[in-house]
Amino acid sequence: MYQVGNLVKELSDKHGRMRESLMPILQEIVQKHNYLTDEAMVEVARELDISAAEVYGTASFYTFLDTQEKGKYVIRICKTITCSMKGKSDIIHTLEDMLKIKVGETTTDKQFSLIETNCIGWCHKAPAILINEMPYTELTPEKVSTIIKDYMQK
Amino acid sequence: MENKGLNKVDLIFEKIEPKEVLIKAFKMSSAEIIQNILDSGLKGRGGAGFPTGLKWKYTAAEKSSEKYIVCNADEGEPGTFKDREILERVSDKVHGGMAIAGKAIGAKMGIVYLRGEYRYMLLKLMIELDSFHKMIKEIGYDFNIEYRMGSGAYICGEESALFESIEGKRGEPRNKPPYPTVSGVFDKPTSINNVETLVTAMMIIQHGAKNFTQYGTKDSRGSKVFSVSGDTPTPGIFELELGMSVQQFVNVFGDGDTKAVQVGGASGFCVPRKKFAETIIGFEGVPTGGSMMLFNSSRSMYNVLHNYLDFFTEESCGQCTPCRVGCQQLLKGVEKVKKGEAKPTYLNELMKLADSMKIAAKCGLGQSVGNAFKSIVGNFREEIIY
Repeated sequence: MYQVGNLVKELSDKHGRMRESLMPILQEIVQKHNYLTDEAMVEVARELDISAAEVYGTASFYTFLDTQEKGKYVIRICKTITCSMKGKSDIIHTLEDMLKIKVGETTTDKQFSLIETNCIGWCHKAPAILINEMPYTELTPEKVSTIIKDYMQK
Repeated sequence: MENKGLNKVDLIFEKIEPKEVLIKAFKMSSAEIIQNILDSGLKGRGGAGFPTGLKWKYTAAEKSSEKYIVCNADEGEPGTFKDREILERVSDKVHGGMAIAGKAIGAKMGIVYLRGEYRYMLLKLMIELDSFHKMIKEIGYDFNIEYRMGSGAYICGEESALFESIEGKRGEPRNKPPYPTVSGVFDKPTSINNVETLVTAMMIIQHGAKNFTQYGTKDSRGSKVFSVSGDTPTPGIFELELGMSVQQFVNVFGDGDTKAVQVGGASGFCVPRKKFAETIIGFEGVPTGGSMMLFNSSRSMYNVLHNYLDFFTEESCGQCTPCRVGCQQLLKGVEKVKKGEAKPTYLNELMKLADSMKIAAKCGLGQSVGNAFKSIVGNFREEIIY
């Protein structure tokens, strides 16, 4: 859990306090903290003067606006057809082994979350994953383990 | 049917001086620009294929002091990745196309809606957008572009869902009419065009409509960027003249063992080997936003169908019952048939359900689930059952 502090106010100053400001504000909170806490959503509702249900209703519609706790690095594995055909399962096994978690879980040190996602637009370089916003493509178990080791040392 | 064969074209990524094209466009009247695009026969490159010139004409005809050009860069269709590549390589042409469209319809504001999965590009795009804004200022043209990000919802590629998302709401499609040309984003007249459409429009202004109509067929003018993936030795982006058969495509991109090609992504059509020769890729045959996925004989078409249905079940916005429940039931249905829990004839019932969804679903998502379902079950029935 993180404390939202002045962040919502700062973001509302930056993006405005209209309904259309909602997405950019939520997106920037998620960029910083990887998920939305109830406290953050209530705070956004107060700043924009809309109901918290509206904020939650909007956030929960979008898969990238997580309302469940996520780690510092969110690994999204593409599970759509081409990535599935080109070895997605091997990549998942490697990641699960390395991180000692299953798909859908977060490591106890809150560093990594592992989730599956729909097509991320790298079918010609499958299999592909996103780590936060960075795409990694043409993965092999060896390649993905080197990438994760780098993240572990960050 | 016209068959043009497989010809590579270099229009979208061709190096041009955007400033010169824009100067040329800004000297033209709104009506002249629209006439050029109408004459070119350009149809929307996102997949739906609405004539771009008409869209601009209708939006131009609306009386409103505030109008918008929206660039749909919410490229979520499985197997499509051309818009990402276009934005990465020639964003100045995307921005240029928006400014030209703005001139045509009388809009001063452009919004690019970029899918969340492509956020890694945003910083570079912002720098390129800055130089673009400086450039059009020099020309003395008043047009401003903003970027809005998606957050991982396929449905937001549907135009009215995309507007809802820009407005800060759940991405649930609206009822139509009113159409976007009358009431789009912020309830203002809006022309919403795919990334590639805008670039193509700019190239039509550059080279002239006549030049463009040399390419393609009567129903599918010009060339198009294809995203090629799956069982192919050469996956990637290729700009090809429209009007080739699937066979000609497979001869070049297949691995020698191609059994099916999914044209147009999960919402498109599956073409089996026996129909390769007779099927033209284009609006007269199988339309596509560019997604071409090849499957060889080692692939189970049940797995392919299951993957697509799983995709739609997750990405259905859930607003209308035919789509929400229909997707779930199609998925459960094929699983049951596969496991032997339902008779093979149950597939006939599911085919009827897919037909009902086409009629009853509120938007293009639910309406097009049946395309993949019917073409895969219809052509590979034994693979679904056994």
